[in-house]
Amino acid sequence: MIPVSHILFVSTALFFIGMYGLFTRRNMITMLMSIELILNSVNINFVVFNKYLWPDKLDGIFFTIFIITIAAAEAAVAIAIIINLYRSHKSIDVEDATEMKY
Amino acid sequence: MTASQIIFYIISAFILGTGILSVTTRKIFRAAIWLLFSLIGVAALYFWMEVEFIAAVQIIVYVGGIVVLIIFSIFLTQQSGKKMPNPPMVRTITGLLAVLSGFTFTYLLIYQYGFSSTGKSFDYDVRKIGSQMLGTGERGYALPFEVVSILLLAAMVGCIVIALKAAPSGPSPKGKATDTQQPTNLKN
Repeated sequence: MIPVSHILFVSTALFFIGMYGLFTRRNMITMLMSIELILNSVNINFVVFNKYLWPDKLDGIFFTIFIITIAAAEAAVAIAIIINLYRSHKSIDVEDATEMKY
Repeated sequence: MTASQIIFYIISAFILGTGILSVTTRKIFRAAIWLLFSLIGVAALYFWMEVEFIAAVQIIVYVGGIVVLIIFSIFLTQQSGKKMPNPPMVRTITGLLAVLSGFTFTYLLIYQYGFSSTGKSFDYDVRKIGSQMLGTGERGYALPFEVVSILLLAAMVGCIVIALKAAPSGPSPKGKATDTQQPTNLKN
């Protein structure tokens, strides 16, 4: 039987790995990948809390499903914005995108 | 140590190792592939926790949808073989410091609280998920379900509008459709 805190260790570490990527990367697509890692760590937390602490309810499962849905929508919109930005700036570095309207 | 524990530690090491490689590698295409492995590891963790439905959704939506979308956008926006420049040393060190201190504080809080498992078995059934997801009674999730469906529709329309190629401003003198002008736009 694994203690709950060991699984929470994995999700916490995954969250901060994503934060490290968000701090150091300047390429928009890699920053988007870091955000996906962060959202995944949150999903692990929801499932773990639901399974081990409140096993007679299903709320964590629902939150996980909704987070996955919203992450998919967010990734699609972000990639549309990135492709549009690449057309106008020829770069997807956040340092090059200094103006909101081209 | 039982086999279940050993499998858990292997899966955790796999998730964290591929996650670290994904945020530190300098080739962007490899970063996407490491992210793919990390997401598969998370799905394996869900299988280990015996929530098979979430694991299947994770594989379908993340591995089959989001990572493929990211790889396509990499192909559309840059040369995949090119190495990205290293981040400046100051940014790396401050990032590491912030992340390590944040991780230490957070995990200290979790460790001191010491979540103890209730030990009850998790009665998890896809049929229950379905009936509660569309239920309007107590603990029903019909309203969030509808809100998320509206959000998905809005995101779809938004993607189409944002990624649409902008029409040339003003009426074109020749009266031609914009389709014929697209190849010249791509070359510029």
